[in-house]
Amino acid sequence: MNTLFLILLSPFFGFLFSGLAGKYLSEKLTGWISSLSILVSFFLSVQIFIGLGEGQAALESSAFTFLSVGDVFVNFALQADRLTSVMMLVITGIGFLIHVYSISYMHGDAGFYKFFAYLNLFVFNMLILVMGSNFLMLFFGWEGVGLCSYLLIGFWYRNAEYGKAARKAFIMNRIGDLGLLIGLFLVIANCKSLEYRDVFAAAQSGALSSGLVTAICISFFVGAMGKSAQIPLYTWLPDAMAGPTPVSALIHAATMVTAGVYLVVRCNVLFEMAPVAQQLILWVGLATSILAALIGLKQNDIKKVLAYSTVSQLGLMFIALGVGAYSAAMFHLVTHAFFKALLFLGSGSVIHGMGGEQDIRKMGGLKAAMPITYYTFLIGTLAISGMPFFSGFFSKDEILAMIFTEQPVVWFLAVCSALITGIYMFRVFMVTFLGSFRGTEEQKKHLHESPALITFPLIVLALLSLAGGLLNLPELFTHGHAQWLKNWLSPVLGNSQDTLHHPSHQTEWILMGIAVSAFLVAWIYTRNKYISKAAVPEADEEIQGAAKWPAGKFFVDELYDGLFVKTAEKAGTLFAKTDNSVFSGLMNWVSSGTSYLAGLIVRLQNGRIQSYLLYMVMGIILMLVLNIFR
Amino acid sequence: MELILIPIITAVLAAWAGKWSRWISLAGSLVTGFSLLYFFLNFNPSGGVQWQWDKAWFSSAIHFHTGIDGISMILLLLTNILAPLILLSAFNRKEDMPLLFALIIGMQGALNGVFVARDGLMFYIFWELALIPIYFIAGLWGEGDRFKTTLRFFIYTFIGSLAMLASLIYLFSKTPDASSFSYESLVAVKLSVKEAFWVGLGLLLAFAVKIPLMPFHGWQPSTYTEAPAAGTMLLSGIMLKMGLYGLLRWFMPMVPEALPVFVPVIVATGITGVIYGALIAIKQNDMKRIVAYSSLSHVGLIAAGIAVAGETGVQGGLLQMFSHGVNAVGLFLAVDIIERRNQTRLLDNLGGMAGQSRAFAVFFLVIVLGATAVPFTNGFPGELLLLKSVFGYHQVWGILGGITIIFCAVYMLRMYQFSMFGEAKGTSFPSLQWHEWIALTGIVLLILLFGLFPQKLMDISAPAVKNLLLLIQNTKEVIS
Repeated sequence: MNTLFLILLSPFFGFLFSGLAGKYLSEKLTGWISSLSILVSFFLSVQIFIGLGEGQAALESSAFTFLSVGDVFVNFALQADRLTSVMMLVITGIGFLIHVYSISYMHGDAGFYKFFAYLNLFVFNMLILVMGSNFLMLFFGWEGVGLCSYLLIGFWYRNAEYGKAARKAFIMNRIGDLGLLIGLFLVIANCKSLEYRDVFAAAQSGALSSGLVTAICISFFVGAMGKSAQIPLYTWLPDAMAGPTPVSALIHAATMVTAGVYLVVRCNVLFEMAPVAQQLILWVGLATSILAALIGLKQNDIKKVLAYSTVSQLGLMFIALGVGAYSAAMFHLVTHAFFKALLFLGSGSVIHGMGGEQDIRKMGGLKAAMPITYYTFLIGTLAISGMPFFSGFFSKDEILAMIFTEQPVVWFLAVCSALITGIYMFRVFMVTFLGSFRGTEEQKKHLHESPALITFPLIVLALLSLAGGLLNLPELFTHGHAQWLKNWLSPVLGNSQDTLHHPSHQTEWILMGIAVSAFLVAWIYTRNKYISKAAVPEADEEIQGAAKWPAGKFFVDELYDGLFVKTAEKAGTLFAKTDNSVFSGLMNWVSSGTSYLAGLIVRLQNGRIQSYLLYMVMGIILMLVLNIFR
Repeated sequence: MELILIPIITAVLAAWAGKWSRWISLAGSLVTGFSLLYFFLNFNPSGGVQWQWDKAWFSSAIHFHTGIDGISMILLLLTNILAPLILLSAFNRKEDMPLLFALIIGMQGALNGVFVARDGLMFYIFWELALIPIYFIAGLWGEGDRFKTTLRFFIYTFIGSLAMLASLIYLFSKTPDASSFSYESLVAVKLSVKEAFWVGLGLLLAFAVKIPLMPFHGWQPSTYTEAPAAGTMLLSGIMLKMGLYGLLRWFMPMVPEALPVFVPVIVATGITGVIYGALIAIKQNDMKRIVAYSSLSHVGLIAAGIAVAGETGVQGGLLQMFSHGVNAVGLFLAVDIIERRNQTRLLDNLGGMAGQSRAFAVFFLVIVLGATAVPFTNGFPGELLLLKSVFGYHQVWGILGGITIIFCAVYMLRMYQFSMFGEAKGTSFPSLQWHEWIALTGIVLLILLFGLFPQKLMDISAPAVKNLLLLIQNTKEVIS
């Protein structure tokens, strides 16, 4: 068996093992075997990564023909090129850390084995998504991760609210999936193939009209909107926080939600040919980035803040994709995976220590009791806020520099978004860890640092968040050497990257200065408010004026509910009524007349239908036999 | 021939066998299944119509003529795999019901007859024969206003059938010297567009009622809801495929002259049904009704895909007929299991069963996912091909049909959630019985198997489908 399928099957066996045998085994055994299955994939991914680095060609492998009907021909086939290998490392690497973390976090849960089974199944599907060599494989993984996300959001199934959040996530994703599916149909109809290679070759040879490519790209982007939580399909992600925290870290921060970014980067050839679609991505990304950041300012559930932050950061990645800065988007995808997984796991550690409390207004002063969580969360906060030399600083800076040359207005708005990001992150950090404890006495007694299985992944991720910038140091710091990640991805991006111009070094220094100032403004503002004045966010009822809007999430949920959900339900009720009265009623008067007659006949028969039926059947058989063998 | 006779003889035996009837029926059903297995293993997909058996019947014009090609094979597989499972599902009836088992197994024979018939009148006879058992099953063991419902069902289908008979006789009269009802000679008949329209209308009426297509579905929700579980499974799992099969084999090649008129209508009604059925399913409280309306929604897409008459549409339609049969039986089985344990199937009164029986929760989940067409389940490849072909026919219909993937997720997940999740409302959930285990395991394995390897089915029917499409096109060209 070749390495590619081994990477895929290892988590799958983990899934089968946990799902079938986990019930009868100890938590430790189930958890570790399940984690090891991911570790195996990680090591094999590293092996492939090294091989690619030494100049090997991209790996490919096909198992069997999934469908071959008419012009639809699809192989169940995998590939690993340089783009895929980056995604594989993120998925299996962070995936492994989160598995280990979960062994402690999920300890004592009745569905412990089920949780690990789902988590393994998720990694399996996510790997299919990035390793598939054609669009249908991508779609397989795409729907598969959506399913796992559904199962894990609704993991604590007794809570009806969680179940609702899970359904919302699945259904909103399916709206996006329809877009992706339409894109696939357009591709099949015009390229007669779903293989990436064939499709991109067809596009480059000019066989596809630009209108068609634009339509395909926009369809794909609709899919990306669903999976990567962009306007208008973003509202499921904050609700998805109903799932256990490791799920939020793995699925709803580090991996699944970046699938949309992966899709666009994978299809860079197509998007480069569709400037209209690129503009759409740019502005949707920008709007999402700012809207989500604003909402994040006023949330008090620690996980909700992080969720909106994720939506906002994904928006930033899409801004980069909108100007064609693919490697910058990938760079941010990777660093974001580091620090956002860290922040979520940190928040999980806090929630664990607080006995399930998620409201930051009831926390405060956790620094003393949870030092490791405190320092690692601090590193995560600094990284996302753009503290110089942390990973987030470099990746964000790269994106901002790229936007500046293309779209100065967007650049300015994106800087504003970054500023807001700094403010809400420091707010969460300060209100949670600094000041004095505001919880109950009982919580205070129980407050403790989390066990090693939880802190170990935090430390590893903190180191990565700290040093992740090394992946793609800007040329300013490398004496003119090419940036590493950009260079690494260049075979995949081909000509797509050449159209962009970095600003001059002088401009870049200035831009960097502005970004640092934004970071400082955020720091000083929040320090003044939450440390010097020791302010605590107000209770929900006290929120007044314009602040009601972000606190109420701009009432988008209510809008959708009124516009779509209620309409569909009303139509359903109406149709159900008419269905009974019109279509059935039409027949009723016919049948009531007949049924009167039939009633008479039945009375004659004295209910001995059985015998009559039998005679009839025998008659038929007799007829059959006599006629055939005469 | 064995496929028809064994079940019917078994049915007669079973009707007299008292408490042994369930075992005799099951044995007969399995023997039939194994004889199909023999055909299946020796079947050559590109070998045309095989195992033909042709004897003059009532007259020289009416033959008892059977034969199996790839299209028939798919439906025979469906019928003979599902029939034993449906029998098993009826095992939980405590009382002895020899007649029920006899009717189910008799139905298996009649359905096999429909799918192997190569003679117009034979097709009609078995079509009617298949109607009788289900009429009694629904009438004798149904619930609610069962008599009225059954009668309505009977009238609907009977009117359709009469129209079909008229059309077949007209076609027969146009064969050289009015000499033959055989499939080949009926297909060879050339009609003017006007004749083709009326003949087609007659055939279509019978098939549209059975499928059911949108305005002719009045019998369906109430019949599905009020018939006993085994009857509903037979109806939704296999019987409505008679209509789709008829559409494919007996409608389109007979009247290619009038297809330009019919196809847009079938696509439009099919897709309208997709959305209409789904919208109603979203708001239902009765689980059986949800599944009934979802069925209306699913078959609409199949009919539309077949009507487009391209290879992807027809193949996708066959694949989805098979998958929908398996999934519908699975869904109704799950609903039946739930109802027997809770004495209700209203979502309002259900909940929390996931905590009471993990095994059942997993089985039911896979079945729901299959119905929702999630990749790696059998619902996905068929739906993909169907939507692709409808999209190729007309993009607007394609997108409208595509909305099914959203709506279907809405009502299916709602149903699963309200019944399985939340706080337990039922007092207890007795664990699954052995026959339920077998039936559920069988269905789940089928769902996963053909989710991963749909091509195995497609290889069986591909040559036959190509032939059929050639038949339709050639006749078209001759006309033009």
